[in-house]
Amino acid sequence: MQLRTEPYVLDMGPVHPSTHGVFRMRVTLDGEAVLNLEPVFGYLHRGVEKLAEERAYSGVIPLTDRLDYVASMTNNLAYVLAVEKLAEIKVPERAEYLRVIMSELQRISAHLVSIGSFTNDSGCYFTPFLYMYREREKIVDLFDMVCGQRLLYNYMRIGGVSQDIPDEFLPALRKVVKHLPGRINEYDRLLSENEIFLARTKGVGILPKETAINIGASGPVLRSTGIEWDIRKKDPYSIYDRFDFDIPTGEAGDCYDRYYVRLQEMRQSIRIVEQALKQIPSGPVKADVPQLIRPPVGEAYGHVEGPTGEVGFHVVSDGGIAPYRCHIRAPSLMNLTGLYDMSVGWKVQDLIVIFGSFAITMGEIDR
Amino acid sequence: MTTSLSTWEVSKQISEHVPGAISETTDAAIVVNGESLLNVAAFLKNTAGLDFDYLTTITAVDYYQYFEVVYLFVSMEHNHSLVLKARCHTRDNPTLPSLVSLWRSADHQEREIYDLMGITFEGHPNMKRIVLWPEFQGHPQRKDYL
Repeated sequence: MQLRTEPYVLDMGPVHPSTHGVFRMRVTLDGEAVLNLEPVFGYLHRGVEKLAEERAYSGVIPLTDRLDYVASMTNNLAYVLAVEKLAEIKVPERAEYLRVIMSELQRISAHLVSIGSFTNDSGCYFTPFLYMYREREKIVDLFDMVCGQRLLYNYMRIGGVSQDIPDEFLPALRKVVKHLPGRINEYDRLLSENEIFLARTKGVGILPKETAINIGASGPVLRSTGIEWDIRKKDPYSIYDRFDFDIPTGEAGDCYDRYYVRLQEMRQSIRIVEQALKQIPSGPVKADVPQLIRPPVGEAYGHVEGPTGEVGFHVVSDGGIAPYRCHIRAPSLMNLTGLYDMSVGWKVQDLIVIFGSFAITMGEIDR
Repeated sequence: MTTSLSTWEVSKQISEHVPGAISETTDAAIVVNGESLLNVAAFLKNTAGLDFDYLTTITAVDYYQYFEVVYLFVSMEHNHSLVLKARCHTRDNPTLPSLVSLWRSADHQEREIYDLMGITFEGHPNMKRIVLWPEFQGHPQRKDYL
């Protein structure tokens, strides 16, 4: 006869080291096995969508920094793309190239953070994490050079970017681009075939393909299931149609695939930056757009492929100087819907790994 | 490139299949009645040639006279998109049918709209506040909430 223990409810978080911010999982456990899971969040809710309604269009950009704070550049870009679509503003060539370079650097730096914290969650404490941060630091230095900020960049503007890059930027970037592939190969060798890492991640927390589409998953979480869906390819924005790159996909949709898709994506991002470096023209970096714009009445949806997935802004204009409504499509919020499917049946220690493999940011979920 | 389907053609298809569902069609979007929303959504999802398998985002907009809920559908198979809208003309306890049974991506988004805009989605398995605490009074995203 098999004995069952009495199911009990355990609150993991909101201040649990593995929850990457203030997130709570109400887990029903039978011994160590997860029977049910309910995500509880909102601890970081600042009402960004409401705040956006009382700021001029350009004043919303700093708010977007504070959504996914490890990927501020791509958030900036998604918002300005929506407004540019609404107001039909054309962006100068050089600015488009700068946007692409910054977005791809941002993707690398965000993936470094996600892989670093993911290895932490899977039990290799802080050694890989510090390696990742060593590389991220170089990218952050580059961002510091162009906009004077290390985390919340506020770099994109409606009609371009805030300022041209300084003279020392391109040489520094070339050095980073030359240096990075070797480092990524090193991390690949260090982690991807590591016995313990494989035991913790391979086959754990599988998300089936159909479920991934149904829950609206995007980014590495979607691509790890084998679906080749990347906004940069499927609905190219900015000038992504000019670059040659691949979309890495996984097969099983498990934690390992989500990690491995991220690792491979960094290589593709480097490819894009290398091409952009060769093609970047000189010229203005900002279209002649006034500080206060009044887009015509209407609505537009701008979206980009951020590091966590599809970041979208639905902006509604009533002809005034502030957005009438600014809705944010947060990829982490949608991906989180799948947490239940991935976790039920697994043990508590797997739950930490599964949750880590999402690489969610609470700033984006709670807004 | 994701192509936007012609709203006029899709709206013709919808009105053949779900008569009386459409209240307005513009170049950008199709507006349907709240009562037929679920039928129309099921039609969009299950019809060959449309195959909208991915519900990208749901936005609710408060226009004082009415609330407008905007759904953005994408078909991964055909790489095309469509904007569908539904309106609620009442300010106290507006309701719409929930789409969770068709796309689970509506789950958190509908809860968020309920929380911040105060639109109840009927048929949602877990219709409660999501970012604000349960005792909170009012719905802050509404235009008349200061």
